[in-house]
Amino acid sequence: MEIELHHIHKRFGPVHANNDVNLTFHGGRIVGILGENGAGKSTLMKILSGYQPADSGEIHIDGQRVIYHGTQQAIQHGIGMLQQDPLDVAAFTVLENFIYGQPGGQQLPRKAAAEQLSTISRRFGFELDPDTPCYHLSIGQRQQLEIVRLLALGVKTLILDEPTTGISAEQKQILFDALRELATKDGMSVLLVSHKLEDVIALCHEVAVLRAGRVVGAKEMPATTRQLVTLMFGQELAPQTRTRENLQGRPEAVRLDGVTLRGKRLSVENLSLSIRAGEVIGLAGLDGSGQELLLRACAGLVKPASGRLYLGGHDMTGQSYRQFLAQGVAFGAAGRLEEGLVGGLTLTEHIALITETNTVIDWGRARQHTADQIKLYDVRGRPESRIETLSGGNQQRMLMALMPQKPLLLVLEQPTRGLDVDSARWIWEQLFTRQATGAAMVFSTPDLDELVTYSDRILVFYSGQVYEVKDATRTTIDELGRLIGGHFEEQTQ
Amino acid sequence: MKKPSLGLQVGLTVLPIIVSLAITAILIIAAGADPRAVFEKVLEGAFRNSRSFANVLNFLIPLTLVSIGLVVTFTAGLWNIGVEGQMMMGAIFMTWGALNLTLPEPFQLIAQILIGMLGGGLWALLAGILKTRLGVHEIFGGVALNALANVLSIYLISGPWQPPEGGSVRSTVPFRPESLFTVIAPDFSVSLFALLIVLAALVIVWLALRGTRWGLQLKATGKNARSARLLGVPTTRSALSAFVVCGMLAGIAGTHRAITVYESLRPLASGGIGFLGLLVVLLAANRILLVPVITFLFAVIVGGSTRLKIALQLDSSLSGVLQETLVLMMLLFAGVRQRVLTRRDTSSTPEASPSTPAEAAHE
Amino acid sequence: MNEQLINILAGIVATATPLVIAGLGETIIERAGVVNLSLDGSITLSALVGFIAALAAQAATGSDAVALLCGLLAAALTSAVIAFIVALGGITLRQDQVAVGFVLTMLAADIAQFIGQPYTGQLGPQILITPIPILSQIPIIGPILFRQTILVYFSYVLMIGLWYWMFRTRGGLAHRAIGERPAAAFARGTNVNRLRYFYTILGGALVGVAGGAYSLSVKAGWTTPPNMSGDGWIALAIVIFGGWHPFRVALGAYLFAGLRALAFAVQSSPDIGIPVVLLNAMPWILMIVTLLLVSSGSIERLLQILPRSVQKRMRNFLRAEPPAALGTRFDPE
Repeated sequence: MEIELHHIHKRFGPVHANNDVNLTFHGGRIVGILGENGAGKSTLMKILSGYQPADSGEIHIDGQRVIYHGTQQAIQHGIGMLQQDPLDVAAFTVLENFIYGQPGGQQLPRKAAAEQLSTISRRFGFELDPDTPCYHLSIGQRQQLEIVRLLALGVKTLILDEPTTGISAEQKQILFDALRELATKDGMSVLLVSHKLEDVIALCHEVAVLRAGRVVGAKEMPATTRQLVTLMFGQELAPQTRTRENLQGRPEAVRLDGVTLRGKRLSVENLSLSIRAGEVIGLAGLDGSGQELLLRACAGLVKPASGRLYLGGHDMTGQSYRQFLAQGVAFGAAGRLEEGLVGGLTLTEHIALITETNTVIDWGRARQHTADQIKLYDVRGRPESRIETLSGGNQQRMLMALMPQKPLLLVLEQPTRGLDVDSARWIWEQLFTRQATGAAMVFSTPDLDELVTYSDRILVFYSGQVYEVKDATRTTIDELGRLIGGHFEEQTQ
Repeated sequence: MKKPSLGLQVGLTVLPIIVSLAITAILIIAAGADPRAVFEKVLEGAFRNSRSFANVLNFLIPLTLVSIGLVVTFTAGLWNIGVEGQMMMGAIFMTWGALNLTLPEPFQLIAQILIGMLGGGLWALLAGILKTRLGVHEIFGGVALNALANVLSIYLISGPWQPPEGGSVRSTVPFRPESLFTVIAPDFSVSLFALLIVLAALVIVWLALRGTRWGLQLKATGKNARSARLLGVPTTRSALSAFVVCGMLAGIAGTHRAITVYESLRPLASGGIGFLGLLVVLLAANRILLVPVITFLFAVIVGGSTRLKIALQLDSSLSGVLQETLVLMMLLFAGVRQRVLTRRDTSSTPEASPSTPAEAAHE
Repeated sequence: MNEQLINILAGIVATATPLVIAGLGETIIERAGVVNLSLDGSITLSALVGFIAALAAQAATGSDAVALLCGLLAAALTSAVIAFIVALGGITLRQDQVAVGFVLTMLAADIAQFIGQPYTGQLGPQILITPIPILSQIPIIGPILFRQTILVYFSYVLMIGLWYWMFRTRGGLAHRAIGERPAAAFARGTNVNRLRYFYTILGGALVGVAGGAYSLSVKAGWTTPPNMSGDGWIALAIVIFGGWHPFRVALGAYLFAGLRALAFAVQSSPDIGIPVVLLNAMPWILMIVTLLLVSSGSIERLLQILPRSVQKRMRNFLRAEPPAALGTRFDPE
């Protein structure tokens, strides 16, 4: 199956997300679609998969022009997409999600569908129990379900949007094996949208690179990281490093004594931890392994079920979040607009919420302060702009501006989620500016590079259990990957 | 983005008014009366003489107070349907004061007003606690508490507070003159004091919402409570304070109405003013300075409609119909306006957007 | 079993039926992701319109059966139109569903009061009880369940049919999907907003039938103020209590009607000296308590007592969360 994209254009307001894109995809190959955030990769794939229409341009399949409205029609033409957050219904069972979307009469063909599900799953080593509700599945399993569903519907071209975020190394291996088999044995065309170079290098036969809405290059693999980075950013990026300090004699910033934290699905039992001022602790693990509980406990959002928690020597067990704030904790949540920024409020209003502590607000002063912060953090926006009108990257900058300058402790949930390499670097710079004032840092991230580069120590979470890597400089990505998969016993340190 | 013509914008603002008048007119005709006669009678009923106008103002006062309070709760993202019961509770508490306290002249009334405020505030606090700490949505809590306030009032009126000549569910013992507001003139029975209270409430709340930390925190809580909390806003306390402020204003409103209109406590003394206030604020799109304009309009309609039953055999619920149709049309046409404006705008990706009251109030 | 008790239970089933139908109608709407706050006023106005239509049809044709049919149809149409406006305002015109529904509930109630004046106290046709031949002979259950009006039988069919539709058919999958995750439904070719309109109007029609059930059956006639006002809010609470599951919603309606009957019996009985005020307050205190139970998770904890295997099979029945996308808009391109 050969797919050609001719002169695809797509605009969102003033942003020209896809600017005259021309690409060809051949069957039997795995193509990586690379580009930094905002380059237009997801948009292009959403157009190809029928989720959105293009403003102009044509799609040709096997030489014939095709026009489709909606994903179902695209699937009928053989093109299906797995979105980053798979579009399944959490309340449905695996079988129900599998059946929903298939043509057929009102009666649900449970048996036949279950067999079909099982056959396809077994081929790739996926383990999917038809009666499990999807809210019990991990992201990796939900991806597997969606892939199986698309295959059952007869897609010949499979598009995957950032599939490797939040899945274990094992699941990634299973996925990659499946994709390779689909490409070589079934002659399918696989398009992998990613900003993770190591995945692209490992899997793809060729890459197409987008920058600012245009195709800036295509390359046959193999290619080096450096070549790909140059294509993506137009320049080389210096490797990230961090000089680690001697933490001897530093006061203790945070201490946990035998703390047990209970979450919705699991609990972290009997955890003891001591973090010194200026120390950086990286938390690793699949989503929902317990690291969120620890982060939120450090911020005072989750209260320990037992044990004691100290901040700067004070016993803060069971205290409220506001009291933690008063002690100097700065918390950054993963979802910007949902948790951390108030849509509908202007930049000035956000700053005023933090800085104006008197009963009466001095708006003049708040506006000035906001203007200062805008300059300092290079935010593209005005004091009277509403926060939701800013781009994602600028919102992140505002979040930084709202963080206290000299915190006792920085608690960060996936600080660079969804950001490209450039923006991510800038975030780390800002964070380390604060760390240099003596702040301790605890952060979680699915990016193993970040863990190894920035942490002093790493805590790996698996099903509520914790394994401590005492020296982050001595560990490797492979080792971390295995730990994240739960293989604690195999470690010798 | 091309701006639509001025004509279109004006048209879309005026059209809902015309449509609602038309619908009301149709209903009037269906009931066998002449819309023009109704219109004249209403204006006559409102402005004919100083007594009619006093009626209008006496409706305006509690309605405006309640609406101001509702602006506060809507700012915090809350649908305080319980405002009707909060008015009632204010009236009930005040009645206790009227029947049991004997203080010298100015203090009797002031004490009653304060006690009324307390009653409304407490009842609102109850709704707030049900919502913030016990997870009962304020719409249901409000509806239930409204009914409970009514039940309580009926019990008190037909029981402990009944007039000495015998129990009836009609009214309590009438209040003594010291318990009443002092009026400007015998045939213009409006209290200057009450008008000043309304003005003060308007100014204070307006200033507080735009210039104080409390106001900003309310706004943040209403827009996104989760984020606000992470930024350090005490969202629970904020929401509760919004309830209490609204309840206190509703308490004063209930107090005023019971004293001025009934000079006693009667069942359903709140007269639907609480619900009407919700409509006022929806119409004003939570802009507090528009509130007095709209409440004046509503008060004229209601005040003028009181004689409709006698004059034209039309039930007084007609005024409610007109007001509600107006708000409905305003809401629908606001949507039409948005669609016409954004038709020029380019597409956006499919997503679900939450439909919150704060959104509607701030749109 | 005591004859009197059987009669009481049969009476409970009868009086609960409008609540059941209204609750199921609202369940259909909310499962599709729309909140229809106009329920209370809708029921009231539909009851009146149904009554008026039945009177007119009776005068025109002289046939009670035709009159009642016309009445029910008119009632259904009335609430369907109101529900359509909720959908229009909430979906196409992108306004707050709660605001539109609230204004409509007040408007419908006021229109009902306005045009209902002349009809107060009039006598109209009433749906008769039609016992089902063999089934009504069954001891105890027979008289309670099968010696009822056709509306009651309709509610049984509705209950079971809705359950089957939602959980055993492909259409039901789409119906639930647009209320849980419209984006996923969209990706599977479902026209989310068109279906939302459809289910809202359909549910609205059922709400209308419930209104007709009042004025043409359970509380025949029309009074000022209307004697069914307030039940719409209770129906809304019952939907929440019922976890948006047809069987549980129906169960909630029966429980509520039962408790109301109990309160009435206690009130009439001179022996038990519970003050009237407490009894009047009962339904509302009950509403608060049920909502408290739901929000505190007590019901969920209670249901954990059941063995694991039972829990698994009854996962849908035991669920307490609302449809995930309830009250939200979906804007495809």
